[in-house]
This record gives sequence, structure tokens and C-alpha cells, in this order.
Amino acid sequence: MSVDVRLRHRQGAFVLDVAFESEASGVTALFGPSGAGKTTIVHAIAGLVRPQEGRIAIDGRVLFDSNRNVDVPVEDRRVGLVFQDARLFPHMRVDDNLRFGWRRAKERMSEADIARIVEMLGLGPLLARTPARLSGGEKSRVALGRALLASPSLLLLDEPLAALDAARKAEILPYLERLRDEARVPIFHVSHSVDEVLRLADRVVLLDRGHVAGKGSVFDFAAGEIGQLLPATGAVIDTRLEGHDGGLSLLSFEGGRLAVARMAAPLGSRLRVRIRAEDVLLAREEPRAISANNVLAARIASLRDIGNGQVDVHLACGRARLTARITQASTARLALKPGEMVFAVLKSVILDPRALRGVGALE
Amino acid sequence: MTTLSDAEIEALLLSLRVSSVAVLAALPFALAAALLLARRNFPGKILVDAVLHMPLVLPPVAMGYLLLVVFGTRAGLGGWLYETFGIRFVFNWTGAVLAAAILTFPFQMRAIRLSLESVDAGLSDAARSLGARTFDRFRNVTLPLALPGVVAGAITAFAASLGEFGAIITFVSNIPGQTRTLPLAIYTALQTPGGEAAAARLAALSILLALIFMTLAEFAQRRARSFFA
Repeated sequence: MSVDVRLRHRQGAFVLDVAFESEASGVTALFGPSGAGKTTIVHAIAGLVRPQEGRIAIDGRVLFDSNRNVDVPVEDRRVGLVFQDARLFPHMRVDDNLRFGWRRAKERMSEADIARIVEMLGLGPLLARTPARLSGGEKSRVALGRALLASPSLLLLDEPLAALDAARKAEILPYLERLRDEARVPIFHVSHSVDEVLRLADRVVLLDRGHVAGKGSVFDFAAGEIGQLLPATGAVIDTRLEGHDGGLSLLSFEGGRLAVARMAAPLGSRLRVRIRAEDVLLAREEPRAISANNVLAARIASLRDIGNGQVDVHLACGRARLTARITQASTARLALKPGEMVFAVLKSVILDPRALRGVGALE
Repeated sequence: MTTLSDAEIEALLLSLRVSSVAVLAALPFALAAALLLARRNFPGKILVDAVLHMPLVLPPVAMGYLLLVVFGTRAGLGGWLYETFGIRFVFNWTGAVLAAAILTFPFQMRAIRLSLESVDAGLSDAARSLGARTFDRFRNVTLPLALPGVVAGAITAFAASLGEFGAIITFVSNIPGQTRTLPLAIYTALQTPGGEAAAARLAALSILLALIFMTLAEFAQRRARSFFA
């Protein structure tokens, strides 16, 4: 099960030459600065741009192959595309916008599935409105729903948040997280926001000036181990809510347990936490009598000098990875070397905001 | 001044009938021409564009003469139509329809073309990615969005058609109940001694009709804009 993309396309002075394969599940972020070719790639997958050379296949279903003259028309590709600017049909109510692709699908999803998506994206109160009466964030949600109802085999999100201000983005992100967790559609998410990638993606394809500059899991991405474009931003750990202990909730992952402020989410909920590199202290001996709730035993995987007298220490903690950003002086004082055991003291753990609000409680 | 004579009512009803039929008859051609000009690029497009706009600038009398040459019963096409199908345009209200349809065709074509061009091509792409084929996209996305423009064009053409004079009188003459539309009735009244009052009544009526239909056309245009507000 994979999405296979190989493209060569020249547009004026811009040359796109990419090849990557991605698991057809979860969220793959196509990440890079503007001008990296992200939108051209998703438009080629959708069929709106015809590459000069290449091959595109989803789960072995060939959509485009320049060698064998295969070019499945856009309308037969079953690839959902959510545009930056929503592109809702202004003369149709939200309900008819949502069902536009559904009506034309060869295998229509059931009314129960439609109801589930409407509920997931919070579209119920909007159904009778026209797009002119929706806010920017609401338009994005309707566009997402419209693409999902067409039962796509791959969902392409072309920076659906780029046109929104920070407040609207914060409003939409939780819906995208639910989409990732609940919709069984593989998603390619085009983004140039590190924050979005860390919150949403399972894996990352890093693009730079028309080329693939690196690829790997979001954990590699957070640790700054994909390409040379970015320093580490910290760590992403997928956890499960295991239980509560007084004012704390306990989150378990392969390699340890984290304690965070008590939350309302039900036991077993999947929660992604982020730990900034600046928020990790290192100690040689297990610190006792310390205010931090989380101290993890970890093995030093590697050290990377990032300049300005700072060093990123990459740590393995079971299967999870952490990065600590400390000074060169501290590195020397503690004589840190790869392979050695240290204790990581976490000053703070960042949680998805929806977990704190308990919205994750929805089935 | 207040009541219209039977002959004047006849002219009014004939005008409304000629104009409605002319607008409906020209609509499919205007739509096809507008689609061609809005969506396709081909060599000679500028020339085709110019030819299609000719009725707008050609003297109506010259247009009437051309129609007579082509559709007269002794002319090639007109004679063939008459002998084969019994269709006769000259001295017949259908001739007035033909003249009005051709002369007001550019009004419809221009309005439809402009509204087609103003519909965001990105919406058509969105419809494609949702599985809609060419005709489906035109029928359910592009056309409904262009519709207020189409309606405004049709109303403008209708109003312009009510005023058509030169081509009608040249092509199909001035026959009461057949080809004597409002402008021809005004002309006839002015030719008749003591007909000034009748001419004034009919002129006032024409102004009223023009006002009504241009207001309707403006209304349709605003409706079009409200989609994108």
C-alpha cells in the first residue's frame, strides 16, 4: 500500500524533479518553502497539471505514466483535492456543496458515513447556508468535507490553512487532527509551517527548489534529521492516556511515561505531545527533589554542534526520540558522548489543545 | 392620451411577441458563440469576433437589405425555404422576428461571454476533481453562475429589439398586425395628418417599456454580483 510519485516537469526557469514513495496511510507532509514545487506536485497527482515525464500510482493503480501513455482524466482519478482558497460553489448551499462529489462517486458512502463526517467537521449548523455566509474557517471545513464525501483514495490538502489568520488556523487544526485520527484516507498535506507538520504529520517529504531534500518520520523531522534545511525543533511523541494520578494525567509511550496536568479525555485516547529542545535539561545522575514532573532515562544517540555555542543532543528514550539544546560548555562539563546514559529533565510538555479541552472524547 | 386605440394595442402586442420570439430564437446561437469566444482560441478569432459584432454597428437599413437579398422569396436561400418548407419571411411577422433576432444577437452574446469569463475557472477545476465531466461542469457550475448575466443579456436584447425599425421596415415592410411594431406605428402616426397625439402616446409607451426592462436587466446583474459578495 503506497503512493508512488516520480515527476519531471519544467515550467519556465523552474524545474521540478522529484521521486518519492509514501505509505498510503496517515498523513504525509510535503514540507518546504514557497517555490519548492509543493503545489505543482499535488496538482500533478490530482491531474490538473500534466507533467512532462513521470509516473504516479496509488496502491498500484497507475494514474499517470508518460512511458506508457497513461493519463487518467482528473474526474476519474478519485483523488480529493482541497484548495488553498476552498473553492466552494457559490450558488449551492453547503449541503449541496458537500454532496457534489458524493453524487458523482461510483461507490457512494452511506448516509451514516456522511453523518459521521458532518459531525466530525462540525458542519451540522452550516448545512442550509450559502458559502457567502460562511467564515474563512468554516469554508475550509466545508471544502474538507466535500472532498471526503467523494470517497477519495487519496486526499490532497494544498495548504488549506494558508489563507487563514492565526485564530482561524487554531480553529481548524483540531478538525484536521480528527481527520487524521478518524478518516481512513491517506492524506498528503502541503505546508510550509513547522508547527502544522509537527502537529499533524506522520511522515515528512522535505522539498527544496523542485527537489526532494530529505524524507523520514515526523520524529526524524522534529529531531532535525531530515535534510540540512532545518535545525531540530524538539521532539514529537505519540502517546496514549493511561490513567490519572491526583492532579496529573499519565501518558504512556514505548520508552516511558509522561505526567501532565490532569485532562478530561477518556482513557486510551491517542495524544501527541511535543517537547521543545530548549525545554530539556540533561543530568548525569538522577535528580531527586526537583519540581519537574518528568525525568526520563535516555541514551545519547548523537551530538550536533549548531553554532552560537549551542549543541543539540539527540536522545533515544525507548523508541521515542528527544532533543536537548544545551550549551557547548555544559556538553564539555558533563563530558557527553554518544552511547552514554543520561537523565532528561523536561521543563514542559506541549499537548494538542483539543486534549486539554477534552474534545478528544468524541468517538 | 390615456387610452390606446385597438390598432395601437395591436402594435404593442405584436412588438412584445416579435421581441420575445426573437430573443428566444437568438439565445442558443448567442450561447454557442459566447462559449466559442470565451473558451477557445483559434486562428482568425478576431475576425470571427468582428463579424459576430457587425449587427451592432451596421446601419439597420443595410441589414434589412441584406436580409431581403438572402431571404426574399426570389432569393436563393429564401426561395428554397419557401418552396421546400413553405417558410416565408417577407411581409410576415416571422421576418420581423428574424431581423430583430439578428440585430440584437450581439447584446446577448456579449453579456453571456462576459459572465462566462467572470466565472472562476478554479471552480471548474474543483468540480473536475469531484468527478464532474465537461457537460456536467458546464450545466451545474458554469452556467448557473453565468445565468444572471445571461438573463441580463436577454432582457437588454429584448428591450433593444422593441425599438428595431430600419431593418424591419426594409425587410418586411409596414403591414398592420404583421410587421407594424411600435416604432413603425409611431412612424405611421407621424405620416398621418393629426396623428401627433397617437405618436406621443406610443412614444411615451416605448419610454415606459425601455425603463421597465433596463431596470430588470440591472436587477439581474446585481443578482450575479451577489454570488461573490
